[in-house]
Amino acid sequence: MRFGIVVFPGSNCDHDAWYATTHNADSEAIMLWHKDTSIPKGTDCIILPGGFSYGDYLRCGAIARVSPIMAAVTQHAKRGGYVLGICNGFQILTESGLLPGALLRNTSLNFICKDVYLRTENSVSPFTNSLEQGQILRVPIAHGEGNYFADEDTLNMLEQQGRVAFKYCDVNGNTYLESNPNGSARNIAGILNEQGNVLGMMPHPERCCDIQIGNADGLAVFQSLISAAELLI
Amino acid sequence: MKHFKASITVSLRKSILDVQGKTVEHALHSTNFPMIKNTRIGKHVELEIDAENAEKAHALLSDACKTIIANPIMEDYHIELHEMEA
Repeated sequence: MRFGIVVFPGSNCDHDAWYATTHNADSEAIMLWHKDTSIPKGTDCIILPGGFSYGDYLRCGAIARVSPIMAAVTQHAKRGGYVLGICNGFQILTESGLLPGALLRNTSLNFICKDVYLRTENSVSPFTNSLEQGQILRVPIAHGEGNYFADEDTLNMLEQQGRVAFKYCDVNGNTYLESNPNGSARNIAGILNEQGNVLGMMPHPERCCDIQIGNADGLAVFQSLISAAELLI
Repeated sequence: MKHFKASITVSLRKSILDVQGKTVEHALHSTNFPMIKNTRIGKHVELEIDAENAEKAHALLSDACKTIIANPIMEDYHIELHEMEA
């Protein structure tokens, strides 16, 4: 299993993603520069990491999505390759049209940095196959624009097609308004594309993959990907 | 070819709650401006463009707005054009 981690100017979770995939998930990972125009053969999963690509100028992810590597990332996704967008990576995926909807400013207008609970809504995707339906994870968020928005038709479609991967919940798995940190529609924390090979999520699984820092709940996302890639071989 | 100066306003779509606008309006109401309503916060972009005529310039800018300057999923845009002296 080989991960390719894209480094944009302003990415700041790229090294965390590298550490999680290589040290915690025991895989291979390569760093890809935003000016690269191709993805090396044998790269199974592209990670668009968190951060503030291009200083969040104009809108979060708006400039990154026209950077040279994104054409190759889109091709990789169209071929069925895995793409995981975390936080700013999720914003880049919605801006690029690889995922529907958009990420608005948090309703509190605050940058929120804290652990939240996530309920697994889809346990059969390549990103979640090692989780149980309804399994609760504790994963940190760190964002100012994570308020997922899409029109009602799109939200209904996402739910009907099982494309909501995670929802914000409380410790018991209840998706109350109070357990929604940023105002996201229907407590949505992460969504999949139609084919299921692209996941965008605001919470940071790569920041909680090592039990030495007190929480390894996020490791399941990377382990799921490794299992999914093995099945393809 | 004519030369135009454009002024583009980008704001959240009307159907989307503008929390920043609401917060500013609350602040206005608490500082002797209770008569102010419907506050919306947006972005202002100024640029220049060469085109055959105003219609073409508007079409090009509309395309630019849909592609990059605004995100049509969440934002509306308004373009004002001013022809510049050659």
